[in-house]
Amino acid sequence: MSILVIGEHDNDELKPSTLNTVTAAQELGDEIDLLIAGADCSAAAEHAARVTGVKRVLKVDDPSLADSLAENLSPLIAKLAGEYTHVLVPASTYGKNIMPRAAALIDVQQISDISGIESEDTFVRPIYAGNAMATVRSKDAIKMISVRTTAFESATEEGEATIEEITGAQESGLSKFAGEELTRSERPELTTADIIISGGRGMQSGDNFEMLERIADRLNAAVGASRAAVDAGYVPNDYQVGQTGKVVAPNLYIAVGISGAIQHLAGMKDSKVIVAINKDEEAPIFQVADYGWVVDLFEAIPQLEAALGEGG
Amino acid sequence: MKVLVPVKRVIDANIKVRVKSDQSGVELNNVKMAMNPFCEIAVEQAIRLKESGSVDEIIVVTVGAAQSQETLRTALAMGADRAILIETEETPEPLSVAKSLKAVVDREGPGLVILGKQAIDGDNNQTGQMLAALLGWSIGTFISDLVVEESIVKVTREVDGGLEKLELLPPAVVTVDLRLNEPRYASLPNIMKAKKKPLDTLSPSDLDVDVTPRTEVVSVVEPPAREAGVRVGSAEELVEKLKNEAKVI
Ligand SMILES: Cc1cc2nc3c(=O)[nH]c(=O)nc-3n(C[C@H](O)[C@H](O)[C@H](O)COP(=O)(O)OP(=O)(O)OC[C@H]3O[C@@H](n4cnc5c(N)ncnc54)[C@H](O)[C@@H]3O)c2cc1C
Ligand SMILES: Nc1ncnc2c1ncn2[C@@H]1O[C@H](COP(=O)(O)O)[C@@H](O)[C@H]1O
Repeated sequence: MSILVIGEHDNDELKPSTLNTVTAAQELGDEIDLLIAGADCSAAAEHAARVTGVKRVLKVDDPSLADSLAENLSPLIAKLAGEYTHVLVPASTYGKNIMPRAAALIDVQQISDISGIESEDTFVRPIYAGNAMATVRSKDAIKMISVRTTAFESATEEGEATIEEITGAQESGLSKFAGEELTRSERPELTTADIIISGGRGMQSGDNFEMLERIADRLNAAVGASRAAVDAGYVPNDYQVGQTGKVVAPNLYIAVGISGAIQHLAGMKDSKVIVAINKDEEAPIFQVADYGWVVDLFEAIPQLEAALGEGG
Repeated sequence: MKVLVPVKRVIDANIKVRVKSDQSGVELNNVKMAMNPFCEIAVEQAIRLKESGSVDEIIVVTVGAAQSQETLRTALAMGADRAILIETEETPEPLSVAKSLKAVVDREGPGLVILGKQAIDGDNNQTGQMLAALLGWSIGTFISDLVVEESIVKVTREVDGGLEKLELLPPAVVTVDLRLNEPRYASLPNIMKAKKKPLDTLSPSDLDVDVTPRTEVVSVVEPPAREAGVRVGSAEELVEKLKNEAKVI
């Protein structure tokens, strides 16, 4: 087994999703290389070298890789893949964008979003918004895989891998980065937070999300949302939890004014403890909640804030 | 310019799927089927481009069983001009779909291919990216905004950190996210008209495409069920339970 993990990073920092992906790689074998493809990405490469279990960091530093454009990045991955039995990437928007393109270039059927590893060629993955779990066997010589990060622990950062600089990147000239609007927040990131409080259509407005933010600050939690809340413009798109948003599995997930549609459950039902606050006692969210509170959220949230305050 | 829109027939998003007792898959018999919601958005976007004058013809295509014709007729009723069914016994894998679509692109020469970002049955999120790879075209995935100009395609992508803007050199492949638009319903007269619109049927071998699967489904099972828990009646009770029983705060 020789495994290449594609590191997700922003040239400075390695994203936590990479740590979960390395843990998945460790279940397959211990010959693990970690690719850091970027521009001026030494800091990310040094960070990558500390990830426990990684033997070698392959650093490709090239201006064409500055913005992780699939047209430039995927051919590089495809070229490197020939040396490995498995290539793994986090199933984040980063991985979903680049990996299928790399797989098609080497004529491999990618296995998306795996949540379990049965053997070197057999993997478990959720289908139908997690309403069924499929075990699939890949017959391709090289396994191209994206990893559901919530299904694997984070690797620790006690390693001392070597960093090898390699070349091979090429500007395709097909696309150009033209700007971004990133949501800046002092709070923890949704996908790595220990506690998440999410609001749905029941919140009624973006301003009302401040109530949730106050609780989030008290609990050091991230704030998430249902699709209905994002569509209504209460919060930005990257708050969305669900089948087509982010998949999260915190220790505690508090759903406020969220009905619990299967597409939402798909993104949070692996949370350790779920709390539902909803005024409709028939809401499906209660079927998965460890603690359900049937109440008007506009009464409940200030009371919850007060109760948390008292306890310290 | 021609635009190609690949669409897929899936179990209706509102139906709760049932796993078959022999673990071979999910129950598809007597289950309500519909166009994949992301594909509806792709068709809608193509129609809007035609209405704004940047597109002359919309071709919808699906790879699948004969019943997928229904999905093509729905797209025609929404406003697509003609349809192609690539008929296969089973639903092929994304790589095979991408190969079939490439063959159609080679025949038809569209300037833009609009796909859904994900089919809600397999949740693969691969086909558009693979098609762009096989064509050697530019790609914009998970887009929530699209502007098509003479020599440039501008997209806004929904990414984990927020939004990203890209400029693509045409011809391009894009995959659409949920917030790009609100798809229209087909009106009754348009449903009638759609019955007369051309629908060609081809086979993968007509296109010289090998659709042999690369993966084998070993089993499909129910996910571990979550038990409903207890009700609480006050904030104090909730906080007490989270602290002392669940020990998560
Ligand atoms: C293809 C597809 C993909 C999708 N992907 C996702 C996804 O990734 N994530 C996602 O979340 N959804 C997704 N959806 C949408 C999903 O089907 C639901 O429409 C959505 O999750 C509903 O959001 P909601 O629970 O906030 O709103 P609603 O279903 O409208 O529920 C609002 C809830 O708030 C409660 N409420 C209202 N007022 C109060 C109050 N004052 N106090 C207490 N409770 C109150 C109501 O009782 C109700 O239960 C997808 C849908 C499709 C078709
Ligand atoms: N069998 C198919 N026929 C036509 N288009 C498809 C098919 N499967 C997938 N697609 C297209 O690819 C998109 C993404 O699907 P997937 O990669 O399977 O998640 C869908 O929204 C469709 O636009």
